Amino acid sequence: MNKPIEIAIEDIDLGTPAALSDSTVTVHIDGQAVEVPAGTSVMRAASLAGTQIPKLCATDSLDAFGSCRLCLVEIEGRKGTPASCTTPCQEGMSVKTQTPRLDKLRKGVMELYISDHPLDCLTCSANGDCELQDMAGVVGLRSVRYEEGSNHLEAGKDNSNPYFSFDASKCIVCSRCVRACSEVQGTFALTIAARGFESKVSPSEENAFLDSECVSCGACVQACPTATLQEKQVIDLGVPTRKVKTTCAYCGVGCSFVAELRGDELVRMVPDKQGGANAGHSCVKGRFAWGYATHSDRITRPLVRETTDSEWREVDWPEAIAFAADRFKAIQQQHGVDALGGITSSRCTNEEVYVVQKMVRAALRTNNVDTCARVCHSPTGYGLKQTFGTSAGTQDFASVQQADVIMVIGANPTDAHPVFGSRMKRRLREGAKLIVIDPRSIDLVQSPHIKATEHLQLQPGTNVAVVNALAHVIATEGWIDEAFVQERCDVASFNAWRRFITLAENSPENLAEISGVPAEMIRSAAATYAKAGNGAIYYGLGVTEHSQGSTMVMAMANLAMATGNIGRNGVGVNPLRGQNNVQGACDMGSFPHEFSGYRHVSDETVREQFTALWGVDLREEPGMRIPNMLDAAVSGQFRGMYIQGEDIAQSDPNSQHVADALSAMDCVVVQDLFLNETSKFAHVFLPGTSFLEKDGTFTNAERRINRVRPVVPPASGLAEWEVTCALSKAMGYSMDYANASEIMDEIAALTPTFAGVSFDLLDELGSIQWPCNEQAPEGTPIMHAQRFVRGEGQFITTPYVPTDERSTRKFPLLLTTGRILSQYNVGAQTRRTNNTVWHAEDILEIHEADAELRGVSDGDWIEVASRAGSTRMRAHISDDIPAGVVYTTFHHPVSGTNVITTDNSDWATNCPEYKVTAVEIRPSSAIAVGV
Amino acid sequence: MTVWFVPRDAAALSVGADDVAAALEALGEQVVRTGSRGLLWLEPLVERADSRNGTRVGWGNVRASDLSESAPADTASNFLGVVEELDYLACQNRWIYARVGIIDPVDPDDYLSHGGMAGLQRALELSPASVIEQVTESGLRGRGGAGFPTGIKWQTVAEQAPVPHKGDPVDAARHKYICVNADEGDSGTFADRMLMEGDPFCLLEGMAIAAHAVGADRGMIYLRSEYPAAIAVMSEAIEKARDRGWLGQGILGSSCNFDVTIRVGAGSYVCGEETAMLESLEGRRGTVRAKPPLPAIEGLFGTPTVINNVLTIASVPSILARGAEAYAALGQERSRGTQVFQLAGNIARGGIVEVAFGISAHELIFGLGQGTKSGRPLKAVQVGGPLGAYLPADGLQVPMAYEALAAQGAMLGHGGLVVFDDAVDMSEQARFAMEFCVEESCGKCTPCRIGAVRGVEVIDELLASDAPETAEQLLRDLCDVMTQGSLCAMGGLTPQPVLSALDQFPEDFKRAAHRNADAVQGVVHE
Repeated sequence: MNKPIEIAIEDIDLGTPAALSDSTVTVHIDGQAVEVPAGTSVMRAASLAGTQIPKLCATDSLDAFGSCRLCLVEIEGRKGTPASCTTPCQEGMSVKTQTPRLDKLRKGVMELYISDHPLDCLTCSANGDCELQDMAGVVGLRSVRYEEGSNHLEAGKDNSNPYFSFDASKCIVCSRCVRACSEVQGTFALTIAARGFESKVSPSEENAFLDSECVSCGACVQACPTATLQEKQVIDLGVPTRKVKTTCAYCGVGCSFVAELRGDELVRMVPDKQGGANAGHSCVKGRFAWGYATHSDRITRPLVRETTDSEWREVDWPEAIAFAADRFKAIQQQHGVDALGGITSSRCTNEEVYVVQKMVRAALRTNNVDTCARVCHSPTGYGLKQTFGTSAGTQDFASVQQADVIMVIGANPTDAHPVFGSRMKRRLREGAKLIVIDPRSIDLVQSPHIKATEHLQLQPGTNVAVVNALAHVIATEGWIDEAFVQERCDVASFNAWRRFITLAENSPENLAEISGVPAEMIRSAAATYAKAGNGAIYYGLGVTEHSQGSTMVMAMANLAMATGNIGRNGVGVNPLRGQNNVQGACDMGSFPHEFSGYRHVSDETVREQFTALWGVDLREEPGMRIPNMLDAAVSGQFRGMYIQGEDIAQSDPNSQHVADALSAMDCVVVQDLFLNETSKFAHVFLPGTSFLEKDGTFTNAERRINRVRPVVPPASGLAEWEVTCALSKAMGYSMDYANASEIMDEIAALTPTFAGVSFDLLDELGSIQWPCNEQAPEGTPIMHAQRFVRGEGQFITTPYVPTDERSTRKFPLLLTTGRILSQYNVGAQTRRTNNTVWHAEDILEIHEADAELRGVSDGDWIEVASRAGSTRMRAHISDDIPAGVVYTTFHHPVSGTNVITTDNSDWATNCPEYKVTAVEIRPSSAIAVGV
Repeated sequence: MTVWFVPRDAAALSVGADDVAAALEALGEQVVRTGSRGLLWLEPLVERADSRNGTRVGWGNVRASDLSESAPADTASNFLGVVEELDYLACQNRWIYARVGIIDPVDPDDYLSHGGMAGLQRALELSPASVIEQVTESGLRGRGGAGFPTGIKWQTVAEQAPVPHKGDPVDAARHKYICVNADEGDSGTFADRMLMEGDPFCLLEGMAIAAHAVGADRGMIYLRSEYPAAIAVMSEAIEKARDRGWLGQGILGSSCNFDVTIRVGAGSYVCGEETAMLESLEGRRGTVRAKPPLPAIEGLFGTPTVINNVLTIASVPSILARGAEAYAALGQERSRGTQVFQLAGNIARGGIVEVAFGISAHELIFGLGQGTKSGRPLKAVQVGGPLGAYLPADGLQVPMAYEALAAQGAMLGHGGLVVFDDAVDMSEQARFAMEFCVEESCGKCTPCRIGAVRGVEVIDELLASDAPETAEQLLRDLCDVMTQGSLCAMGGLTPQPVLSALDQFPEDFKRAAHRNADAVQGVVHE
């Protein structure tokens, strides 16, 4: 196995957040001068000067609160003993942090705390990891003189949450949990109930945690200084003894975590304060839902079988590799090299993806390689490349904190990208305006202290119409940023676009009926965005998974360029990527027409570089995309496939077609953690590694390359890239790497945007946002700052073309799909964790009027039928969606949501039109059918 | 026609003023309802205006049953003569309370004819800076207890630009606020209530002057729910003031736009603390905010906010109308102008006394108040509410002024004096101070949240112990932690009554020791 890399994890809590002032002041802490930004608290300044002032209610992720009164100091020339956490530094201030008076006061405060706290430190689960215990030591408390009086020692425990426990008897009412829930997570599930000595932490008006609005993000657990809120794992296993920094493997936010272990047993995952993407925050999935990695369903030995109706046979690695290689060779001999292909996984590391596409191109000698981004963000890659020149989002996440108007289109950040959602909500609570374009009333539309200024509740499939109407208003009202367009964009393309967009057909009035959005609301939203100052667009699969997905991406890019909202902090066009490494998988050359760095395979110069380094001739014509491979399989030309970490039989549209294609192949090789829907059609199963076992990098939605470090050894004994290399070698092409770092070195050597990237640099900087090269040796947080990557920004006209999928008399409702917070995609991981307590099944949301018409009541079983197929699930009457639209999630295979989705797809990239399916609903019996 | 005046003040109502008014009306008399003169031992105090010169004569403790046949007569035993000549009133110097008890509180014309709006008229003739200058020159300080110079506070707010509500994406309008703290929760205080019930326009006029001075466009009165009569009177006055153009757009034809709304508190003492009041006004739990930021810079909804007590704001119209110099001529040291003292507790003549600073507690209690109501010797006086110190009987010569009281380890607070006779056990009072803190602590900071509970327990322990020195030391240490460590005055001042009781009346804390000694000697206690 790889040697685990443990890098030093400094974890000094400076007490209060950094002040953001450009000016500085100098203060004297116990005689030592320290220069700090104006507005810095005395506590933080002292900490920076190396003096830790005792504290309990203060922590640097939360605003100063001033309640524990341990951090009192003396300030020359001032009366009394102010709290250092709430006192800002002023020039020349002279502070004493240790005096007999302060010592006595702190002991007195500590004595009060301990007079209402169980004296069970030795058996307490937080023993050794408790700030109260630490502070009692720091202030030198030696006795508690109060006799036993009123106390909370008998206050009960709340064990309702599957992952953490709340022990009220240990609570010191510092409000850190309450503040974390409000300030960091933005859910406001927690408050303090009652007052005075009766004050207590209360989830949603004294509910149990599980029954409250709590989203189980863990921020409260993270913030708690005592054993009050603690991971059940720590209670069961004990305090961790070693730490490894790594990266979460769920969504495209890419949160950095510190994995904390006892020996080789993972105790907990703690969000990393230094994490570039998450800055110390987490969601329920990353924080808690990693138990699948050791689930009994994990396959850890290779499996083979002659035919898909025979039993799996456990074999050793060499036999499995030989089995797959023999079959692939046979196919090549019989049907030619293009009868084989591969799919890379957005769940795997850049290094793992890179070797798979390399194997396909160099060993299988075909460009038939594609990736699951095909079904999610391929239009992003296409659309942003056409307009801006780079297939990626323009900003870093932190940019949202400078936005004045945030436009969220077809995305549900609080469920699907929760940690970024929290960051966005923080900015919205500060007063940024919010425009939501979504058929569904997502949580952001109205949540505590947040209300969208405009919610354009459009009909599914009319995105382009709505954005065209917005642009029409901006262009006709004279709100174009002419200077930006003249200076930065291709003016000819702009003029063509302006002629197009100002046409009456694009007016909000003309498009109101089609989109279902009143014209005046479009006009008002256009004004909000155009006059924003900083207007930022964030979007998700509600944009891309449409027949006009690519058009829509370009329409948004046009809008941003026309208003000058590109190239600085607080603006931009940003995809919220679904999978942890979908950006990376695309970057690594997973598409049939592109090498790493999005360079076309027909480009001779590029191909020569690869040929030179790989030592093999490469094909110059693009290979087949997933849908083409599947079609070719059905028709018999395509016979074998290497599928890395993707369950296409469940996740791809029109499941029956996928099943037919897979059944027709001679050799399907699946590399995954669990047997899944796709492996039912497989002949070889190669056990994969969970993210806890991987060594490599993930690239998140903001182009941030994060290190994934092995926390535990691979359960199967081999890293995934080693398996791929073995198969490649067996196919006659040798790929030799001593470790994952060497793969990244090769990627850097062949990919201009990665030229400066190395594991060493990543260890040094923590993370890097590509492009990272000579011009940007530490990466590029904001793209297109001086000029667009393609030179001048390209406007592209975006006529609205309605989808073929529309409601008919037979299928009168439009189904759209999305995700829920606690589950992840097809649920292969989250369904194998305790997250099922929140979402045990997929449910169809239906408007009251539509339900009544069909005699459906809340909780009823219903059948959902489309022209592609039908499935059954339970109904939930909801006013989050308009009449005529129904909504569901796709987390549970038993629901078979994709049985009913159609094979319509984006015109440019074949990204499936998951978001619009005409369906009919009728009451049904309770028996659910799978694929 | 004869006009009769019957108070509608809650204090008068509680002793039958409504019945008295009804009885007079039943006799066909014309009755005007007024505020109370503040001579509470005489309520219901009924007055009649002399038809020739308007001089008002009065009758004390009028009962409706006395009015079954005729209106009160000058020959009645409870006839008081000319009310303004009563010594209790004659010695007062009423600036704030000039109209209270005289006018119909919700009659704008009555207000105008008694000098109302003169202050605002004057203010609008002056630049905002000059108004602030006047207030500064008057030496007016915050009457809520802290005594912060009002002019400086206003100046700070005036220097800030108005800003939108923090975090409100929908409403981008910029504001500054005038917030009046009418959460009068101190025991033994009632001056805010009586002013609001007796002369609400005075408060609104003061707020408008403040608004003009600092550039505020919105006002809020945080009024405690325990004052339903004051809520009703203020609400009616606001409506009428809007009708008259005294509030709203272009006040009195000026460019000043200002309107006032009332927010009713929900029964928390701590919400009288200004930052807790802001939290409550913003719709949150009433807990104390750490300062900075000062409310003057970042107050209600994040906007620059003047927070003044009712009496502070109500002082302003007369300061503007009668001149800062005349006001500043009153008082002593940095305690200028008048203070509305409230005499309460065990006192023969309780009520409102507005006089210049500097009068002694002794003069207030024995000169005006005529000593204890019980007739027993006075033992202690608590000045400045439940967090104020107890003055012993021999300590009452202290001038009632910020500096002089501070020098005695006491404080003026809101100007309430609560009198106790010698039946009081001061250890019970000390215990009560801690109990009060237990009851009212918001629970945010540790010294107050846990300390008050331990305070009660330690006092119990001290009282039960025949060797109380250890407990007393612990109590003193605890008081030290609460005084120096608490986030706000609630926990910070609670030790003041405790320690003053302990220091001034140590014998009261030796109950157990005495009991044990008595037991040895066979003394039986009743």
